[in-house]
Amino acid sequence: MIRAIRSEYRKLTSTSGWWILLLILVGYVGFTAALLAGLFGALGEQLAGTQGAPQLDSESLPPIIYSTTTAIGYVFPLILGVLVVTSEFRHQTLTPTFLATPRRWRVLAAKLVVLFGAGAVYGVAGVLGSVGLGAPILALTGNDAAIDSGETWLLLARIVLAMAIWAVVGAGIGALIPNQIAAIVVVLAFTQFVEPILRFAASIWAWTADVGKFLPGAASDALVGASFYTTLSPAAATATLEWWQGGLVLIGIATTFAAAGAMTSWRKDVT
Amino acid sequence: MAFRAASTIEFSGISKRFGGVVAVDDLTFTVEPGVVTGFLGPNGAGKTTTLRMLLGLVRPTSGSATFGGSAYHELAQPLSTVGTALEASSFHPGRSARNHLRVYAAAAGIDDGRVANVLKTVGLVEFADRKVGGYSMGMRQRLGLAFALLGDPGVLVLDEPSNGLDPEGIRWMRGFLRALADDGRTVLISSHVLSEVQQSVDRVVIIRRGRSVFQGSLDALETGSHVAVDAADRAGLARVLLTAGGVVDEVGGMLRVTGIDAIQVGELALSAHLPLRHLATEHVGLEDVFLDLVGDPERSGETP
Repeated sequence: MIRAIRSEYRKLTSTSGWWILLLILVGYVGFTAALLAGLFGALGEQLAGTQGAPQLDSESLPPIIYSTTTAIGYVFPLILGVLVVTSEFRHQTLTPTFLATPRRWRVLAAKLVVLFGAGAVYGVAGVLGSVGLGAPILALTGNDAAIDSGETWLLLARIVLAMAIWAVVGAGIGALIPNQIAAIVVVLAFTQFVEPILRFAASIWAWTADVGKFLPGAASDALVGASFYTTLSPAAATATLEWWQGGLVLIGIATTFAAAGAMTSWRKDVT
Repeated sequence: MAFRAASTIEFSGISKRFGGVVAVDDLTFTVEPGVVTGFLGPNGAGKTTTLRMLLGLVRPTSGSATFGGSAYHELAQPLSTVGTALEASSFHPGRSARNHLRVYAAAAGIDDGRVANVLKTVGLVEFADRKVGGYSMGMRQRLGLAFALLGDPGVLVLDEPSNGLDPEGIRWMRGFLRALADDGRTVLISSHVLSEVQQSVDRVVIIRRGRSVFQGSLDALETGSHVAVDAADRAGLARVLLTAGGVVDEVGGMLRVTGIDAIQVGELALSAHLPLRHLATEHVGLEDVFLDLVGDPERSGETP
């Protein structure tokens, strides 16, 4: 098993895909965090003086800014997971892979382990982007960046954990949908279109909200404990899971996909 | 070289059906150490499927294939027991040859030092850090071979190893396979062109439409010779030869006789007072025997 993990680690780091995705993640998250910090930081006082405007107290600002890593950046570890698994099918490298490790489940398990680590690295890098740019701008606009608070550090740890699990979810999806293009289309369509609509629709009634909180994005936001989506839409806040429940739901989703993939496409003849 | 013990490959009654199509039909044969065995058949005969079943990549519908009694997935050190080069396309184009080999060395617990070693053996050292995407077909074949040699295995299974090699590469491959067999290793190579492997193999297994049509030494395959003979009284001559126990066919305005050699044919004709117009022993080329065995009127092209 250790050998399989080392092999998967070498596979991941010997092609350029992982760091290209990582750079885009840091740039995207950093830019968004800087923008939000500047916007809310400057508008905070004006909003406070305006009747009926959404109110942002200074304390809730840092979590919103820092959690852009997961709120918008979770797609990156997810895509990485999908790519790592589906490229084995696409480039027919499953042949040498299964020749070297004929116990196929070991290969998949090693991939999940390595992707969990890679997702955590993405989380750390994303946090460096969102905090690195968000915190100074918050401070410049006269807000408390809350960098010295234990709460903030716990939040950042939960962000890293969520990013790690998202990469594992991606690997599970890749094992279930081996066609790379199809898997990416499904992931983008679901995360960027289907789920936001479902979450919005679910927030209309109380009973749908009870179902909607189990959607992967909602579970991830619950795990992290902050997201500018949930904070800025009052209705959606009616039902959320505890942070550990959110984490368990996300892990459940990841293992369900991986197990389903392991029993279907992963067992097929490699021709 | 101190490779692990070479084991015998045994296929026993192995079959594979893809949907309604029977790709491999009840194949049984063994591959012995110390010789190069050619696994021949036209494209689509089931060679690759058979090899993939041997390596645990394709699940047989029935039957089994083993290395010294163990299925591939039961081998404790697969890459150090069996080296495999299946096709020249199983590479990530964005990964260098060295990293490609390092990935699988790690998976098999093989020391990284072997990587540089096998790169040198196949002559890829100076290209080792280039991305495989830019490799020529011949370079990919060599990298495939390097992967096969990674664990210094006692058994080698190579699918169409000469495909895409230039004449110099083919000659190099021939010498290479010979050296591996002389070491005492078990070598099984598949090909759809007999002439490509004719000079490197000792034994052949020929399949056609998933069934075995010939197993034995090249010499046994080559015994196909016949006597071409003709006389003014062709029908009379044919009667004489038939009574003497020959098998007679009329081919191309001449009699083709098997079962009696040219000297006997001459003596028989003389004692029957039949003057001959032609008498010669004709050797059938290996390629002709091969094509006869696998004979499909419409021969398929290069694509596997």
